[in-house]
Amino acid sequence: MPLALKTYATIAEAGSALKQSDARYLGGGTLVVRATNEGDVSFSTFVRSNDPELSAITVEGGRAMIGASVTMAAIASHSGLKAIAKAARAVGGPAIRNMATVGGNLFAATPYGDFAVALLALGATVHTTEGELGIDEFLAARDGKVVSAVSFAVPTTEKFRFAKVSRIKPKGVSVLSIAALVDVEAGKVKDARIALGCMADRPIRARAAEKALVGATLTEEGVAPAVAAIGEGTRPLTDAVASSWYRGEVLPVHFRRLLLE
Amino acid sequence: MAKVPVQFSLNGEEKAEFVDSGSTLLKVLRDKMGDTSPKGGCLQGTCGSCSVVVDGELRLSCLTLAETCDGADIQTTAGLASDGVLHPLQRAFMDEFAAQCGFCTPGMIMAAKVLLDANPDPTREDVIEALSGNVCRCTGYEPIIRAVLTAARSNSQNAA
Amino acid sequence: MKLAKDYFADQRTEELKELGQGLQRSDVPGHVTGKTSYFADRTFPGMLCLRMVRSPHHHARIRSVDLSEAERHPGVHRILTHKDIPHNLYTILILIQVGPEDEHVLAEDKVRWKGEAVVAVLADSEWAANEAAAKVRIDYEVLPSVLDIDAALAPDAPIVNEHHGQNHYMYDSGPSRKVRYGDVEKGFAEADHILEQTYYSSPIEQAPMETTGCIVTPDGNDRFTCYTNTQAMFFTLDNTSIILQMPGHKLHMVGGTVGGGFGGKVDVTVEPIAILAAKLTGRPVSFIYSRYEEMQVSSPRAAEKIVLKDGVMNDGHIVARQVWGYTDAGAYSRHSPYGAQKGAAHYPGPYTIPNVWVDTWCVYTNRTPSSAMRGFGVTIADFALEVQMDKLARLIGMDPLEFRFINAYRDGDMKAHRQPTTGAALIECMQEASRVASWPVAEKYMQMSSYKGG
Repeated sequence: MPLALKTYATIAEAGSALKQSDARYLGGGTLVVRATNEGDVSFSTFVRSNDPELSAITVEGGRAMIGASVTMAAIASHSGLKAIAKAARAVGGPAIRNMATVGGNLFAATPYGDFAVALLALGATVHTTEGELGIDEFLAARDGKVVSAVSFAVPTTEKFRFAKVSRIKPKGVSVLSIAALVDVEAGKVKDARIALGCMADRPIRARAAEKALVGATLTEEGVAPAVAAIGEGTRPLTDAVASSWYRGEVLPVHFRRLLLE
Repeated sequence: MAKVPVQFSLNGEEKAEFVDSGSTLLKVLRDKMGDTSPKGGCLQGTCGSCSVVVDGELRLSCLTLAETCDGADIQTTAGLASDGVLHPLQRAFMDEFAAQCGFCTPGMIMAAKVLLDANPDPTREDVIEALSGNVCRCTGYEPIIRAVLTAARSNSQNAA
Repeated sequence: MKLAKDYFADQRTEELKELGQGLQRSDVPGHVTGKTSYFADRTFPGMLCLRMVRSPHHHARIRSVDLSEAERHPGVHRILTHKDIPHNLYTILILIQVGPEDEHVLAEDKVRWKGEAVVAVLADSEWAANEAAAKVRIDYEVLPSVLDIDAALAPDAPIVNEHHGQNHYMYDSGPSRKVRYGDVEKGFAEADHILEQTYYSSPIEQAPMETTGCIVTPDGNDRFTCYTNTQAMFFTLDNTSIILQMPGHKLHMVGGTVGGGFGGKVDVTVEPIAILAAKLTGRPVSFIYSRYEEMQVSSPRAAEKIVLKDGVMNDGHIVARQVWGYTDAGAYSRHSPYGAQKGAAHYPGPYTIPNVWVDTWCVYTNRTPSSAMRGFGVTIADFALEVQMDKLARLIGMDPLEFRFINAYRDGDMKAHRQPTTGAALIECMQEASRVASWPVAEKYMQMSSYKGG
């Protein structure tokens, strides 16, 4: 089959078109056009929708709704999303951020998908053509569902922490990324959601560390049990950027810094 | 193979062409429109050699499908000089020894142009961030950073 | 930057004008306007795209190749196999009588590294070439592989390359290139200390911005124009002439600005097959490495293993140096027999040592063939040598820079290769480095000179 691009007015129509086995959704192109350029012939039809809803950001009543086609650059520069701008800026260079979308990031294979790590820590809801589901559930399956938007409670800047570690400054592929939503009350951690990138084939939660952090103070001694537990259940990636061993060794170091920053 | 029409403005000139569906903007610019200033260095979004400006935004033409640029305003390094007068960035890249093999240069200049258009007085850190998606293997980044800062200064002198 | 005109003033007859000041490159106006022409900045009507089908295995026997489905794929014009190549077995340096021919342009019975070219698909678009390449069926019998120097030289190692018969190059001097000067055993016996260390390096990819490639057009008179980004135009012309059994005047090689090479574009890997493809199809052909191919398939700097054994006196003089240098050529020679030989010529470094013994080996493994990269055969040797120098200085409690002054070669000193030293400026460079780096050394070293008796 020759290559083709098909554009639909609504995400529902695009969703129907994607039922064809040779079709792949085209967001910003940073994943699927790359695949074609590199000789991937497992699909031959790009499907997209230019529904303006998909490019909309609304922040209302403390909740953000971000359309699947919204780019990393749009998130990074949105006045209502300052608390999470750091995670959007961590993706690629300026050109990539002008192209890469929220929807695409959810499907990015490790070591990519740093923004999805942030969404996992935020406990986002993923809106698809087949209904809504929690991001934990979405990432665990990550099947062919067509994403129309993500939504989440916008955190305060103090609550949301994010770190991406690269070997090239200021931009580079992840050695790892960590996102943490840490709720501190009266000097003690009340609740924590921690997500890790490059520690499995997709973003994962660090549940043991989350548990160890509850009730702790954010001091060297207070965070020690969580730092010790951060690697539990991880299967770090080995690639050209770093070995599994290296990623596993530096994870506690960067996690500790993130908590004490 | 089915051909599809694309129409956009390239460096101020209206262009229309029938292309293979699914063609990248890079391929259409180079093979169909004769603008070979964007280069294909990696075709995977890593090197920035193919950087062009689409509706004022920096884009990687190797990962952009030409059909998605219908009606857009596209600028490349080939269109930067006007009537033979070089853009301050081009002058500065020449003066500061910011090019050796030259392959990354058109992409670097596009990334720098988008920066200076938005921020005429950038800091060194701003420049580094703006060029962070563009790889150079021979010149080294220092002369390139210096060139962008020099261009910004010469711009502000001209404006004054 | 300043030009230090006081050094060797009596050796300069003319006033130097260009050093120490900025000078614009002659090609830079083209670069900044996007006008500089690279080989791929051209397209021709009817141009075919060549996609190489490569070995997924480090070492395997090819049982069968089935092209039937791929040949029927829409847009495919021809698929080339080894049977199409007039002189399929080659080696680049045969031009200077460094044989044996040890590498197939397209694999015949075996593949010896992961990425080795097996068949070449020619289609009228990249997409069609990729689709057809996915339909080429090759049945492999995977063989045991050796992936490092030690494994290759182990007694029971599988043979990587039958054209050599053993897993190392055989020089006219035997299994290694040798330097023998003085008596190292006597030197070691007299030394206050002996230090033996082993140094390893990994392959390094040149990673030029522009990938390796060429575009070929048939000129219609059985003559072909090949636009290429090779760094070695005449190697390419002459090897292509041998491989295709075509006289050189039928091959019009056009070079030009290269988008970075760093040694990665001196092998002859794309031009012969692309010219043959143009000849057999009568169509223009483009063969351009993908980024993946550039990183994985194009030849990197060789991995090396270097064993250095030094005898040193408490007063700082090195009295004996023994070196075993191993260059991992990968599966084929390319430029590595020469690289390993360069290593032999480079040791013992810029130092005057009375007793020197060097053996350098070119070793075959089932890895990507390695080749040239900026100072190959020498760069890694220098890394090992200078780390060793620091370790030796520490061993005898001496400042590492002063230790180098003591051993630096000076004009008139006899080198291990029995060439008297001339034009050495190492002392003067180190004096300047001492000043610039604020790493002071004793005044007697600042008074030294490379001149004999200075």
